[in-house]
Amino acid sequence: MNIQEIQQEIIDEFAMFQDWMQRYEHMIDLGKSLPLIAEEFKTEDNIIKGCQSKVWVHAELKNDQLEFTADSDAIITKGIIAILIRVFSNQHPKDILDAETDFIDQIGLKEHLSPTRANGLVSMIKQIKMYAIAFQTQLN
Amino acid sequence: MFDVNKIREDFPILERTVNGQPLIYFDNAATSQTPNQVIDVISDYYQNYNSNIHRGVHSLSQEATDVYENARQKIQHHFNAAQTHEVILTSGTTHSINIIASGYSQLLQAGDELMISAMEHHSNIVPWQMLCDRTGAILKVIPMDHAGVLDMNAFNDLLSTKTKLVFVNHVSNALGTVNPIEEIIKRAHGVGAKVLIDGAQASPHIKTDVQALDVDYYVTSAHKLCGPTGVGMLYGKEELLNHLPPYQGGGEMIAEVSFEKTTYADLPHKFEAGTPNIAGGIAFGEALDYMNGIGFETIAAYEHELLIYATAQLKAIDGLKIYGEAPQKTAVISFNVDDIHPYDIGSILDKMGIAVRTGHHCAQPIMDFYKIPGTVRASFSFYNTKEEIDTMIKGLQKAIQMLK
Repeated sequence: MNIQEIQQEIIDEFAMFQDWMQRYEHMIDLGKSLPLIAEEFKTEDNIIKGCQSKVWVHAELKNDQLEFTADSDAIITKGIIAILIRVFSNQHPKDILDAETDFIDQIGLKEHLSPTRANGLVSMIKQIKMYAIAFQTQLN
Repeated sequence: MFDVNKIREDFPILERTVNGQPLIYFDNAATSQTPNQVIDVISDYYQNYNSNIHRGVHSLSQEATDVYENARQKIQHHFNAAQTHEVILTSGTTHSINIIASGYSQLLQAGDELMISAMEHHSNIVPWQMLCDRTGAILKVIPMDHAGVLDMNAFNDLLSTKTKLVFVNHVSNALGTVNPIEEIIKRAHGVGAKVLIDGAQASPHIKTDVQALDVDYYVTSAHKLCGPTGVGMLYGKEELLNHLPPYQGGGEMIAEVSFEKTTYADLPHKFEAGTPNIAGGIAFGEALDYMNGIGFETIAAYEHELLIYATAQLKAIDGLKIYGEAPQKTAVISFNVDDIHPYDIGSILDKMGIAVRTGHHCAQPIMDFYKIPGTVRASFSFYNTKEEIDTMIKGLQKAIQMLK
């Protein structure tokens, strides 16, 4: 699936929920099911600044596609990063760079988008795009 | 007779909803809410006599000056300062601390020692570290125990004739501990050291008498005690403030200016360069009137009741641990539940309209001490109720159920 199709899938998934509590419960489940990042990548370098909780994101290029792994010490934050990884992992760096991120708005998590929000969703997206730029340059 | 429902009518913000739920505001240690009386004073100033103070010949300026200076007197009387000019109006606690830290960079020598406590807010750590960098002075730390109580024996051992300044918060923002500042001041004076007490967290709950304490410097912020943000106090003993070099240069703080030499104005203006926060200063005075109208003993007694009530209910929750259990504490409860991240609990409570603080509370050394990333902090004020605490407990139980 391409990025847009995955985003649509997530939008449809969240549309089934009636209220914030169900959305949060789903996000928490997603956080719990996020595959663990290898301990060796939980380094200071991989920490995303600007989050009240710790978030580590690691990227590797495999067959011209970027594979992301991540972790956080807070479960809601982990849920958010799990959604981002589902969208952006195993995609071509150029597609990641071109992707819109307004699906966040459509799944009722807009409140997390504010740049001053302590969970750093904006910083996470920025970091993912930075990885994409770096690897895109490498591919050229 | 203290009637919390009557009191709540003074605070318009308490009527609003957040995320569709009635607001429950338990982040009072970060900033307090503002009663109509204070809001009215601010709008009255801008509607009726807004003008620059201390220099105008016209009536409006004189009127504003009178009200502003009257507010300074209210602050003086509240803290029982001996002189009105010992009350410097600043932009807040951080500004007040920086005035002292900046002044002492010209008064200290390499090898002099400064002392802070293990439970300081970053604003009472970083300016002193910077001062040490500038002067070669050495920073010592008074340790604390697991209950969040300062180790006074260790304090004795650290004190010496090399100690020049001691900085301790009256009340810890993260733990609520009320520190034994009388004893600290007495012992520090015994070796000739001066003492600055950060009263930001104490002022909303405790009426401090700076003369009885014999404290050298006492600082606080108006927004912690029902006043507006951007205004605070630096109290200092007259002779010490006279001795201290000014912090910022500018208008208002001078006596004579020529290109060859400038002489500084007398206290308090020496430390009040530029146009001050006039409405803020006036509102600061009004906030003290408001709180004194209720009575600090009444406030402290009611808040203590809330503290006891909430502590008992929180402790009944499986896996919940409270950080800071000093025998003397204000209505602040820092806690975690098992290994759930405080951010997760705070986020879910927010969805329920309950405002608590999460994180390290600008006191990272305390979090390092307990080896935790942060805590959830609920801090109560006299306008909070037991019913609100009940709602928070239910919300917390729901959050734990979701997060586990």
